[in-house]
Amino acid sequence: MTPHAELKNHQRERYLFSLRLVFCLSFVGLLMAILLARAFYLQVWKHEYFDTMAESNRIFVVPIVPNRGVITDRNGRVLARNYAGYTLELTPEKIKDLNATIAEIGKLVEIKPKDLRRFKKLMSERRSLQTLPVKTRLTDEELARFAAQRFRFPGVEIKARLFREYPLSETTSHLLGYIGRINQQELDELDKKNLAGNYMGSDYIGKTGIEQRYEKEMHGVTGFEQIEVDAGGRAVRMLSRTPPQSGKDLKLTLDAGLQEVAEQAFGDYRGALVAIDPATGEILSFVSKPGYDPNLFIDGIDTESWDALNNSPDVPLNNRALRGQYPPGSTIKPFMALTGLHFDVRSPSFSISDPGYFMLPGSSHRYRDWKTSGHGRVDLFASVVVSCDTYYYGLATELGIDRMHEYLDQFGFGKRTGIDLEGEVSGLLPSTEWKMKRHQQIWYPGDTVSAGIGQGYNLVTPLQLAFATAILANDGVAYKPHLVKEIQHAPNEPQAAPEPLYDLHIPAEHLALVKSAMQAVVKPGGTAVGAFWGVGYPVAGKTGTAQVIGIKQGEKYDAEKVSEYNRDHAWFIAFAPADKPRIALAVLAENGGHGGSTAAPIARKVLDYYLLGKKPKPLQKVVEKEGVEDD
Amino acid sequence: MNLRLIKQRFMLHLDPVLLSGLGALLLVSLLVLYSASGGNEMRVLGQLGNIAIGFVALWIVANMPLHWLMRIAVPIYVLGMLLLIGVALFGEISHGARRWLNLGFMNFQPSELMKIAVPLMMAWYFEKHEATLTMKNYVIATLLLLMPVALILRQPDLGTSILIAASGFYVLFLAGLSWRVIGGLLVGAAASAPFLWNMLHDYQRHRILMLFDPSQDALGKGYHTIQGMIAVGSGGLLGKGYMQGTQTHLDFLPERTTDFIFAVYSEEFGFVGNLFLLGLFAFIIGRGFMITASASTYFTRLMAGSVTLTFFTYAFVNMGMVSGILPVVGVPLPLVSYGGTSMLTLLLGFGVLMSIHTHQRLVKT
Repeated sequence: MTPHAELKNHQRERYLFSLRLVFCLSFVGLLMAILLARAFYLQVWKHEYFDTMAESNRIFVVPIVPNRGVITDRNGRVLARNYAGYTLELTPEKIKDLNATIAEIGKLVEIKPKDLRRFKKLMSERRSLQTLPVKTRLTDEELARFAAQRFRFPGVEIKARLFREYPLSETTSHLLGYIGRINQQELDELDKKNLAGNYMGSDYIGKTGIEQRYEKEMHGVTGFEQIEVDAGGRAVRMLSRTPPQSGKDLKLTLDAGLQEVAEQAFGDYRGALVAIDPATGEILSFVSKPGYDPNLFIDGIDTESWDALNNSPDVPLNNRALRGQYPPGSTIKPFMALTGLHFDVRSPSFSISDPGYFMLPGSSHRYRDWKTSGHGRVDLFASVVVSCDTYYYGLATELGIDRMHEYLDQFGFGKRTGIDLEGEVSGLLPSTEWKMKRHQQIWYPGDTVSAGIGQGYNLVTPLQLAFATAILANDGVAYKPHLVKEIQHAPNEPQAAPEPLYDLHIPAEHLALVKSAMQAVVKPGGTAVGAFWGVGYPVAGKTGTAQVIGIKQGEKYDAEKVSEYNRDHAWFIAFAPADKPRIALAVLAENGGHGGSTAAPIARKVLDYYLLGKKPKPLQKVVEKEGVEDD
Repeated sequence: MNLRLIKQRFMLHLDPVLLSGLGALLLVSLLVLYSASGGNEMRVLGQLGNIAIGFVALWIVANMPLHWLMRIAVPIYVLGMLLLIGVALFGEISHGARRWLNLGFMNFQPSELMKIAVPLMMAWYFEKHEATLTMKNYVIATLLLLMPVALILRQPDLGTSILIAASGFYVLFLAGLSWRVIGGLLVGAAASAPFLWNMLHDYQRHRILMLFDPSQDALGKGYHTIQGMIAVGSGGLLGKGYMQGTQTHLDFLPERTTDFIFAVYSEEFGFVGNLFLLGLFAFIIGRGFMITASASTYFTRLMAGSVTLTFFTYAFVNMGMVSGILPVVGVPLPLVSYGGTSMLTLLLGFGVLMSIHTHQRLVKT
């Protein structure tokens, strides 16, 4: 190899090396460009996305649950309130052996079998990572004992919570309803309405009654705290706070004192009572007997209590005032009388001679009057006072069912009153059209006859009957029945006074006649004289009896022979003072028999209390006056 | 000797251009470390100590004549291999990996030594056979590379083995390994990928899988990558400001002072800061290329090129993994991440570069 060749070789080698180096340089440049592009992509192009991610990493939103609105009666007496208390709550996901943990807790804090049963029920319907109360309302001593040992119980925490309480318990159960833990179905529902955010920290929601209907108003607006947390979830500092807005307080139209009197007046009877201020539609009393303790439901009712309520033959969970449907019986007669006068089918002076039964032309079927011997000569006034069935058999037949439907419809029969409670039923006011639609049958003349005394297909709820009575008491001007008088508002915010729904324009002489007949019902010769003996204000009323079982031709109903639950229901409707009514009501005593002897005394106590402020003595037996009977 | 002469003697074998680049990067390191550690001066002082030790090593190596470097290549390589075998047999296990050798007074990681020893050995080997390079020489050089890489891969230490494999490959490439062989190797690598996959440890496979979809295991293996990307992305154009990174200061970012320090920097200084940082790396690498291009011997050219390219590989793999385009393999950001061993080997490498640069300059003049 010559030096020359070696040099050339050397040069060529350097040249090749330089090529490789240039290649490396370009490769480095390319990768640098990729890094730069990546940085641009992350930091400029997708910056907003990652910024949001970083923010949600560090910012933890803690909901602040608003206080639920308080419910008071019209006089400011508290019916539903909140109180602070401590609960012991478990997060099942964080606990290995649930039973062992609960057993250990049981050594420190008394856990009743009832608490355990409720806890099991909650377990079966819980949402994931929800904390469940194993013991509510800890005493101070229990609180101290557990707090000292809490390090032994991971996944168990003491929580301060606001509890709902219904001080009147059963007395207001059917109108207030109750709140309970939010279940999955309600959560989905809230989600659909875009309200899930407002319920982030809430455990409870109104389930029935006023609590359900005014959920939106009473829940309030959930506040939020934005807290900066580190990767371990520890709070570092508070970034912002949006205070919660408390739920609005409700002032009901209810008179709690009246409600208590009414409830007690029922004694052992099942039934319902609705009392309305006829001039406004304000509901003064709303009773369904028996009631139940709504406080049981708040943290989930235990199975035993639930079974007891659900399987009781008295059906305490049924809201009879709102959802119970009964034949109105003779309480329909004042309204029938007005219908007859309205269509000019009866004049005040027209009278019949009552043989004790009614027969349709061309038929031998006897529609019996409750008084088998008959009432003798009966005009419209007397027909109401003695509750003559025969008079109304004939009147109904001449009116025809469709004219009855047309006029009675305006008193609210057969349709919902629109009260501010969920689940109202409509009752039934029959017509030919209805029967064809419902039963694919034509209307028979016999159907009309029994409809004339409020039997047959007719069904009313106690609320409906009270509404109809209020319309009559208020001279045909109807106000929608309602339970809420005021929703909490700013002092200067104008509040709408109740507006009348409509006016039936009943001629004054018709009203005067029917009202005076109803006043005579509580006087000697009337069907409710016993209950209103010595009453200190003018009262107008009407008794009624709703058959529970049918009675065959030629047989006589004997209360002693039929079982308790098959006995007739007793009705009484009334308003007082008759000349300027301040209260109108309907009372139903289930299986109470005669309206005059069981339902009317209840009404008397309620009216006495409301108009005279007289509190009935508990356990005072009503003396029944013999000889006055309803159909 | 007066002060000027001391200075002259001190600077004699140092390259002021490269030195200023390194100094700037080390300043960035101290600055970011202070923030990443949450204002912990001890971390900064510790890193300052690492720099001091590394700088002494740099100065010593820079002052070594080139033939010394050639002379120590073989003994260092042999020593390193022996130590690696020792680790495999008697090594300390920590975090599930056998990487450390307990020397009684300190824990020593022989794989770090190999980052310098392997390219040194290969460059020495090619220099030895410069005139008569045949295919056989490339094969032997490759074996010299693969033996330590296999041992380190078994420890397991994926990050270090990748860096050593890269440094060795750069020597092979610069030594003129033919394109046909490189092409063949690429095809072979693709073909043997499934086999290599089976060789990998589970955690290594996981990390590779996470590359494709880190969100798959957002709370487990993907957590590092996701939090890193969030930190980088949320930094935006100008960054959140020094000591203001929420990902950093609220503990969301893992390994903030070590492998993920780039995320801290990116979060607080933004895209503009990254432009500056990449510029700094480009400056150092560019200087490295200049030194390589002007190196006079085969050995020095290969050695300088490999050191420069390995430094770049360090930076690229780290930034790539933090920004989510490469799997998390445990490679620190060179000269910025906290750590004594990597600081030492890196500065040793730059010492070699300066020695190459200054000694041939002296030869020329």
